[in-house]
Amino acid sequence: MTVTSTIKPKKTQGSRRAERAAGARSGRADKSLPGTRMTWRIRLRRDKSLIIMTLPVVALLLVFNYAPLFGLITAFEYYDPLVGVMHSDWAGLDQFQQLFNDPVFWEALRNTVWLSFVQLVLFFPVPVALALMLNSVMSPRIRNFIQSVVYLPHFFSWVLAITVFQQMLGGAGVLNHLLAQHNLGSWDIMTNPHTFALLISGQAVWKEAGWGIIVFLAALAAVDQNLYEAAAVDGAGRWRRMWHITLPGMRGVIVLMLVLRLGNALSVGFEQFLIQRNAVGHDTADVLDTFSFYYGIATNNYSYGAAAGLFKSVISLLLIWGANRLAHAFGEDGLYRK
Amino acid sequence: MSQTLSDTPTPALTLRPDRHPNRPVWEEPPTAVGQGLKGGVLLLVLAAVLVPLWIVVVTSFSTPGAINRAGGLVIWPDGLTVAAYHQMLVDGPVTRAILVSLGITVVGTLLSMVVSVLCAYGLSRSRSFGHRAILLVLVITMFVGGGLIPTYLVVTALGGYGQYWALILPSSVSVFNILVLRSFYSGTASDLIDAARMDGCTEWRILWSIVLPTSRAVTAVVALFYAVGYWNSFFNVMLYMPTDSTKWPLQYVLLQYVSNGMTMPGATNGGFGSLHTQTAPLSLQMAVVVLTLVPILMVYPFMQKHFKTGMLTGAIKG
Repeated sequence: MTVTSTIKPKKTQGSRRAERAAGARSGRADKSLPGTRMTWRIRLRRDKSLIIMTLPVVALLLVFNYAPLFGLITAFEYYDPLVGVMHSDWAGLDQFQQLFNDPVFWEALRNTVWLSFVQLVLFFPVPVALALMLNSVMSPRIRNFIQSVVYLPHFFSWVLAITVFQQMLGGAGVLNHLLAQHNLGSWDIMTNPHTFALLISGQAVWKEAGWGIIVFLAALAAVDQNLYEAAAVDGAGRWRRMWHITLPGMRGVIVLMLVLRLGNALSVGFEQFLIQRNAVGHDTADVLDTFSFYYGIATNNYSYGAAAGLFKSVISLLLIWGANRLAHAFGEDGLYRK
Repeated sequence: MSQTLSDTPTPALTLRPDRHPNRPVWEEPPTAVGQGLKGGVLLLVLAAVLVPLWIVVVTSFSTPGAINRAGGLVIWPDGLTVAAYHQMLVDGPVTRAILVSLGITVVGTLLSMVVSVLCAYGLSRSRSFGHRAILLVLVITMFVGGGLIPTYLVVTALGGYGQYWALILPSSVSVFNILVLRSFYSGTASDLIDAARMDGCTEWRILWSIVLPTSRAVTAVVALFYAVGYWNSFFNVMLYMPTDSTKWPLQYVLLQYVSNGMTMPGATNGGFGSLHTQTAPLSLQMAVVVLTLVPILMVYPFMQKHFKTGMLTGAIKG
């Protein structure tokens, strides 16, 4: 309706209102006609129930995701739970100044970056390799069986996963028992701070690598099978086919997964470290998230923890942005398009 | 590399008797070394998942004598008993914890599913009023958040400390899950929906009678994701009810059991609210592990074939 009215010479107020009403009366049939535009009032009335449906989620997000954003101002205060966010004393950047002079914070930051890096290097290739291997298994029955087994640990809690690791590799676990039986000494990886990065990467591989293959398997299934046949006819062996057909076909997904991983680099394994912090010592296992928890909530020093959290969020946003720039530089979409 | 070409006839048998019928004709036969390596690695992968589970289950059913003889965890069954389960379910905090966990999981999943399905459908009709703005409100939360402490302050300010709802509401919405549902709904039966709308069907009716029945698989997968999330969570217990052991769910009780069984050199404090000063017997610990596994193992076989649908609609199209 409004399209026609923009083309036609100006109308009086009254006639336009009448036209709008006519549009509303003529009902639902003409709304889907191409090129038809309606005023927002009519569209609002038409889609009222759709909007109402979204309200519970919007309300929950407002309370538990957006209100905390507002709560971030505690990072600039000397927050006192007794007087509340609004009336606590203003601290300016004092919390951050204190934070940046805190060796424990720098240790947590260093641990975060280091553990995240080791995990990325050791973890990332595993699902890709597993997917390639699984994809080359001929029998669909065996393939499905392996898939359902390797997906399983993804559904275990970290408490469970670490318990299992403890029982297998811990001081009193199966491995050390076998070693002791054959007089091979002991190997206590569960409490050794020097090998903690290896340990947590191994745990992450055990728990999540199987689940990670889903997207890669889908990417493999989407590769045009005729390419393989053509290449084979032209004399390309299996490794050359993998290098020139399979891997380029997976490139988009691999880059997307890398971008997601980099964007989450600072959120590495929070629950995982929390559980094992006592076993290996806080100077090895403290990352930014556990730092917020132990030096913010557990000690009632909320503003301090919030400042650490805010620092982490800002760096994370920068990482997501940077990772996307990198993806675009490689000619891929990444998380969002250019 | 090895996908079957469905329209390829299979003359394989006439060519080579040992050739796998699914292998395309143009593909060279596998080398023995390659096959052996591949088989070995895959077996190792399977063992890495299955052997620990086997040991845990066997130990939980073992007699104290068997555990003593094995010097810890039992690999081969040697004297089986259900004593650990009996002891655990008769007294101790485990029975209560199971009920708490089940309650949180059921209530939380129901709530999450109702709000998520409604929201996903509400956002799924292209060209509906305001859906882009609302979508933006959702997606922003995937990248920007207040973080741990501001969320904690909001929940405690609302009186959530020590309340069960603090374990449910703050994590009740997963935007990722909503995007999974939404991208599925927007591709589903749009002709049918348009026809129903023409006939004056309300949106609520369309959702209930058309959209939900045609998208059972994805709904089930998302429900599983939510349920597993509630069942497995323990950190929010640490945050919101660390002291009241009668309200603890199973995962947190398990954490208490095993973190007391863990060797902790240089531990300054015994973790959060060390309830059990003695290390629980090994079979008892393993029985708790098995109990946390049971619900997952019960629904897993039914869900497993739908994972791909659920993961991919969200990951790729979302």
